[in-house]
Amino acid sequence: MDSETDMVRQIRALDSDMQTLVYENYNKFISATDTIRKMKNDFRKMEDEMDRLATNMAVITDFSARISATLQDRHERITKLAGVHALLRKLQFLFELPSRLTKCVELGAYGQAVRYQGRARAVLQQYQHLPSFRAIQDDCQVITARLAQQLRQRFREGGSGAPEQAECVELLLALGEPAEELCDEFLAHARGRLEAELQSLEAELGPSPPAPDVLEFTDLGGSGFVGGLCQVASAYQELFAAQGPAGAEKLAAFARELGGRYFALVERRLAQEQGSGDNSLLVRALDRFHRRLRAPGALLAAAGLAEAATEIVERVARERLGHHLQGLRAAFLGCLTDVRQALAAPRLAGKEGPGLAELLANVASSILSHIKASLAAVHLFTAKEVSFSNKPYFRGEFCSQGVREGLIVGFIRSMCQTAQSFCDSPGEKGGATPPALLLLLSRLCLDYETATISYILTLTDEQFLVQDQSPVTPVSTLCAEARETARRLLTHYVKVQGLVISQMLRKSVETRDWLSTLEPRNVRAVMKRVVEDTTAIDVQVGLLYEEGVRKAQSSDSSKRTFSVYSSSRQQGRYAPSYTPSAPMDTNLLSNIQKLFSERIDVFSPVEFNKVSVLTGIIKISLKTLLECVRLRTFGRFGLQQVQVDCHFLQLYLWRFVADEELVHLLLDEVVASAALRCPDPVPMEPSVVEVICERG
Amino acid sequence: MEDDAPVIYGLEFQARALTPQTAETDAIRFLVGTQSLKYDNQIHIVDFDDENNIISKNVLLHQVGEIWHISTSPADKGVLATCYNKPSDSKVLTCAAVWRMPKELEPGGHESPDDSTSPAHTLELLCHLDNTAHGSMACVAWEPAGDGKKVISLADSHILLWDLQESSSQAVLASSASLEGKGQLKFTSGRWSPHHTGTQVATANDTTIRGWDTRSMSQIYCIENAHGQLVRDLDFNPNKQYYLASCGDDCKVKFWDTRNVAEPVKTLEQHSHWVWNVRYNHSHDQLVLTGSSDSRVILSNMVSISSEPFGHLVDDDDLSDQEERRPEGKSQEPPQDSVIATYEEHEDSVYAVDWSSADPWLFASLSYDGRLVINRVPRALKYHILL
Repeated sequence: MDSETDMVRQIRALDSDMQTLVYENYNKFISATDTIRKMKNDFRKMEDEMDRLATNMAVITDFSARISATLQDRHERITKLAGVHALLRKLQFLFELPSRLTKCVELGAYGQAVRYQGRARAVLQQYQHLPSFRAIQDDCQVITARLAQQLRQRFREGGSGAPEQAECVELLLALGEPAEELCDEFLAHARGRLEAELQSLEAELGPSPPAPDVLEFTDLGGSGFVGGLCQVASAYQELFAAQGPAGAEKLAAFARELGGRYFALVERRLAQEQGSGDNSLLVRALDRFHRRLRAPGALLAAAGLAEAATEIVERVARERLGHHLQGLRAAFLGCLTDVRQALAAPRLAGKEGPGLAELLANVASSILSHIKASLAAVHLFTAKEVSFSNKPYFRGEFCSQGVREGLIVGFIRSMCQTAQSFCDSPGEKGGATPPALLLLLSRLCLDYETATISYILTLTDEQFLVQDQSPVTPVSTLCAEARETARRLLTHYVKVQGLVISQMLRKSVETRDWLSTLEPRNVRAVMKRVVEDTTAIDVQVGLLYEEGVRKAQSSDSSKRTFSVYSSSRQQGRYAPSYTPSAPMDTNLLSNIQKLFSERIDVFSPVEFNKVSVLTGIIKISLKTLLECVRLRTFGRFGLQQVQVDCHFLQLYLWRFVADEELVHLLLDEVVASAALRCPDPVPMEPSVVEVICERG
Repeated sequence: MEDDAPVIYGLEFQARALTPQTAETDAIRFLVGTQSLKYDNQIHIVDFDDENNIISKNVLLHQVGEIWHISTSPADKGVLATCYNKPSDSKVLTCAAVWRMPKELEPGGHESPDDSTSPAHTLELLCHLDNTAHGSMACVAWEPAGDGKKVISLADSHILLWDLQESSSQAVLASSASLEGKGQLKFTSGRWSPHHTGTQVATANDTTIRGWDTRSMSQIYCIENAHGQLVRDLDFNPNKQYYLASCGDDCKVKFWDTRNVAEPVKTLEQHSHWVWNVRYNHSHDQLVLTGSSDSRVILSNMVSISSEPFGHLVDDDDLSDQEERRPEGKSQEPPQDSVIATYEEHEDSVYAVDWSSADPWLFASLSYDGRLVINRVPRALKYHILL
């Protein structure tokens, strides 16, 4: 029920709402109708107005047409007049052109003048058949010619800088001057300026020692000449781009020529630098030089300036290497001179000076430090920050062939050669080279063989990461060379020392009258001297060389001396009997003895130890003694003297040699030979000999 | 083909003097002089029979003294000269004399070596080269290819040219020259050049080699310091005019061109002790023989400075068969200077070597212990040179 009532109520409400709505819309409709009616009236009015307007417009059109008809011919005339006016103005310009040009020229406004001339030229060209224009043209040409002349004049005067020059050229080009000629003239002018630069550079070079250092010089050259060349080149390329390959070729030739002269100057300057020791400055200068030239190099690829510059740098680098090699050699020779002096000086003072070992160490360290200094110096060439260090030459050949082979290997070789040359000295008397020097050099070379060479080469390889594949001298070859040198030096040392002692012995045998000598009372002084000298040599060699191996010693070497003389005693026993078979027997005896002994090579190669060296020297000396004895004839006491001398030598020399048997053998033979050379061989009693020797 | 073994002949005494019999061109004959102070010295005439490899000898007594040098006349087979020591009480003087062998001396007279009491032949003295005014004689050299009348002898510092007259029975001193200088100058050795029609002589004293013109007895050239030490011997190249070989105590053998003596043409250093003797082969001058006190004899092949054209190639067409026999390539490359052989038969110092005057492929060497060794040039080399 409730809902029904509610619905009814709602329906009612809705009804009332609808009613109000209808009322409202009705009102609106009525007002709309009113409006439409009013509009209808207005439009009608407007239509009338429009009609009137149309008629009026027609009238106006009519009038207007009539007016324009009347104005037609007058308008035409005005247009014509305007045309004439323009023409007249142009003509006026033309007529005025000469004077204007003159004025421009006078004022120096060349650009303006050229522009005018450019504007007028075509017209004048076209109307040149008309006499009046002809005249103008002629005038113009005259002025233009003057203009061109003035421009050239200015161009030639050269007071102005390159940009103005370029402007001049530009204007001249605009004037239609022949480009080729201008090219030439431009270049000629540029040449003038660059030559001036070169001359100033040359003046820097001068005959006297150059004041500015090489760095300044290259800077000067770099900014002056190279900068100028750059400007010229870029201006030229801008101006004469139209010239094509011929023009470029011309520029290239130009740059080549001047560049060549510049390089010649730089090289001269660098050559002056060769003597100096400072590499860093040189490298920096070269770096600047090379860097500066890369710009024009890029600009003028055809001229090959960059390549030429690189070449110069390479050449200088090579020369530096040569210089350093020379330096090292000189240092080595200097060391040798020092050693000589050191060897000579203490002898004057009468006492042993600085030991040989010390001298050797000094020489070795000084040479090594020189090598290191040289390596460090040339290493600058390959430093990363240097512009040319990445060129293939500096990466490859310079390191391997230049530094390793040329400098280091070259130096070691030359060192060996210098050392070897001491062996071939024509004097051969030992006076030219002090024997101690030979010994020292020999030890030096041996040290090189064992350690130093490989050390230096490793050092080099590390510093100059050698990438080049070209073959290099292996360490072993160098070592072999050094060893050979050491061996030759030592052999020569043995020869020289042997000769010194030989000479003593020889003189002592040759100058003595052996027939009428008195009975020996003591050992001759010369033998003592021989022993003394041998001891001195032993000490000297011992300073540098190891002892070496000896054959097992018989401890009773003093006893051994008895047996030595047994053979000579035997010979003595034959002597009084005078049987015809006696000489046969002595021969037989010595021959049998020889059968059991090895052949003695007198000047045999020596080994690197003290004993071997001493053995060599003693062998040479004793063999000389033997040969000399054989050339003499001895009286009885002469023989006995020889016997005493030999016993004395025997007593003192055995300790120096590797195989004391050798000394016995040689001395035996000396005594045997002396016995043979004696018409009356009565040997001394061994006990007496011993007593004499012990007393001496 | 095996090389013939060396033939060895032993003397009883020490010996230094050896010479071929220069005038003899058929038989191979060497003369050896002994050195003994106690016994009579001998000259052994050693004949070598090449075909049977047999040695036969004759002994001549040389009673005046021990022989230091011996040389034979190039013209007369029977004439020889020796330098010998006169035994005396207080002084040793070396004299020189010219001798004639006994006429009846013939090859084949065998005598046992120790039978020295048997009547040995005695030399007939022709003349003394009087040296009382000049000093000890070092050597006597005959003018080669001469008539055996001209002799040079070296006495201390004098060089003496003798004229042997009346079949060598009289020696007249024709001219002489002497060294002047500081100290005791002593000639050690001298040779007569086979060239220049016998007008040139070379001598050695100390380290110097000098050339002399025998006509004026003036010095032609002088090689100062030819060797580092004493020059022991020299010899002229028989085929090449100006070439001279020398040897000395510096163990070296040097070859000189006497027109340019600043530098030796070539230097050999093969011996390990003093080189006492150097001899060119008389016909093949590339063969050079040296003897040294290291007891070795070395035969060298000095092709590069011989008179044979260097790198001499025989005509291939003519000798193609021989060409085949040789190893390939060997004939192509020029032969090198080399040591042909080192002979080690000696056990004492070798003081004398010389080529036979009859057989150019044969030479003798003498060591101090009295051992005479006769050797041949290796056959391979002989054929190589000949063909």
